[in-house]
Amino acid sequence: MASTGVLHRRPGLRAGLLLAPPMLWLGVAYLGALAALFVTAFWGQNSFTGEVQRTWTLRNFHDLLTIGVYRTVTLRTIGIAALVTVVDAVIAFPVAFFMAKVASRRTQGILVVAVLMPLWASYLVKAYAWRGMLGTGGLVSWVARPFGLDTPGYGLTAVILTLAYLWLPFMILPIYAGLERLPGSLLEASADLGARNGTTLRRVVLPTVFPAIVAGSIFTFSLTLGDYIAVRIVGGANQMLGNVVYDNVGAANNLPFAAAMATVPVVVMLAYLAAVRRTGALDNL
Amino acid sequence: MTLSRGLRTGLLAFTVLALLLVYTPLALVVLNSFNTDKSFGWPPSGLTLEWWTAAAHSDGARAALLVSVEVALLATALSLVLGTMAALALQRHRFFGRNSVSLLIILPIALPGIVTGIALNNAFRTVLGLELGFLTIVVAHATFCIVTVFNNVQARLRRLGGNLEEASMDLGAGTFTTFRLVTFPLLRSALLAGGLLAFALSFDEIIVTTFTAGARQQTLPLWIFNNLFRPNQAPVVNVVAAVLIVASIIPIWLAQRLSGSQNEGLTGAR
Repeated sequence: MASTGVLHRRPGLRAGLLLAPPMLWLGVAYLGALAALFVTAFWGQNSFTGEVQRTWTLRNFHDLLTIGVYRTVTLRTIGIAALVTVVDAVIAFPVAFFMAKVASRRTQGILVVAVLMPLWASYLVKAYAWRGMLGTGGLVSWVARPFGLDTPGYGLTAVILTLAYLWLPFMILPIYAGLERLPGSLLEASADLGARNGTTLRRVVLPTVFPAIVAGSIFTFSLTLGDYIAVRIVGGANQMLGNVVYDNVGAANNLPFAAAMATVPVVVMLAYLAAVRRTGALDNL
Repeated sequence: MTLSRGLRTGLLAFTVLALLLVYTPLALVVLNSFNTDKSFGWPPSGLTLEWWTAAAHSDGARAALLVSVEVALLATALSLVLGTMAALALQRHRFFGRNSVSLLIILPIALPGIVTGIALNNAFRTVLGLELGFLTIVVAHATFCIVTVFNNVQARLRRLGGNLEEASMDLGAGTFTTFRLVTFPLLRSALLAGGLLAFALSFDEIIVTTFTAGARQQTLPLWIFNNLFRPNQAPVVNVVAAVLIVASIIPIWLAQRLSGSQNEGLTGAR
């Protein structure tokens, strides 16, 4: 058992050995792949042969910022991500509050399962289900007709609805966990000190669950920024960032431009993560 | 904060409504798998078992299911090993750059899937000169599955503390004996929960898969997506979707039985 003795006496060596394989995988291979992608974004492409030219150029980023279509697509995607996040937060908060502070212990367990279950159902299946519901003659138009309304059809509204639906559990669960940790005595104390419900909500509940809401928003934001599937299923002819990247990898075969475009969601996400790091949101994931 | 009766009822009604909204699309898919109408209008025109028979004989769906299960099993196995190692290193040792390591583990799920997808696609093809195929899917999936195992194991280690391991060492057990007889048994249910999440994550993934799968390998999500817009295949796709919905009850039931506690985070973090 000589080797185990060595490992016991030298914790540094043990940590190093434990850490080496995952770090080789993520730190070297994965980060390396991301770095290589980023480098590719600064390369050009021969417009005749479509070959990647390994010469440094800022042309891709220049195109990305100056060509109107790409700016529109970028802003549209960020706008959709923001709207989806807001819709989810507005729906998730009351549900999470009911689960954590009103429901009995037993109901709580059932509700957690009820919220979690759809997460295990396939992403595609859910997007597909909305395609059926939003189509002409689907359930949405059937429900809306008595009110003199109709289905929004396939388009941006459908994309926002579908994505908000898809990511809702990712918002409910962190907020629920955050509210669970908030002691009931704090709410009572606030009431005893004369605060109305609105004041307690604003000054006690929201500040404490804010990191949890931010944690949920990391999911909703990141997942929306990279999505190109839902928009193809329910978005009609609309495009999001993901579609531009996808088309440039596939049909247009312009990897450098796709890489440049793909840095947009990364930069947005990194900025977002850096901004929320201090709130402690990352421990709520 | 005192919750009046009205407020409680209001919150209850809102929650019920939200859950109704969540389950309606899923229920509709299951119902539509029996719908005689191929375009799935509402209300259904009649009920039939025809699509279920057709789906049972669909070779494409069956082959894709097999690929999906194989990929998910291998990716889960890899992420169990790597995630546990990383969690042990981070929870039991203090070193420089410790926070960056945990950020690095979260990165593959924090970044949009399309970024991970084309980064790996580019690395496999142009940097490493590999042909895309079964193995590249497994590697890609393992990359974003590590975090679920890591988070579950780390949360468990944090709760356990190091006393039992120290006692084992003091009694003369070596590093490996301690792991085998003390640490591993204590981690078992956390590993199962993390592994289950990893399996589900891999089984359902489509974006990264699109960029890392070869032309011949089709996972079930890829098969569904490729057949989604074919009118003839729509009822069969719908049956597969219904099966997936019903099958998703199994892992959630298992996970609930395993974890017992309900307030672990989505990826198992606390």
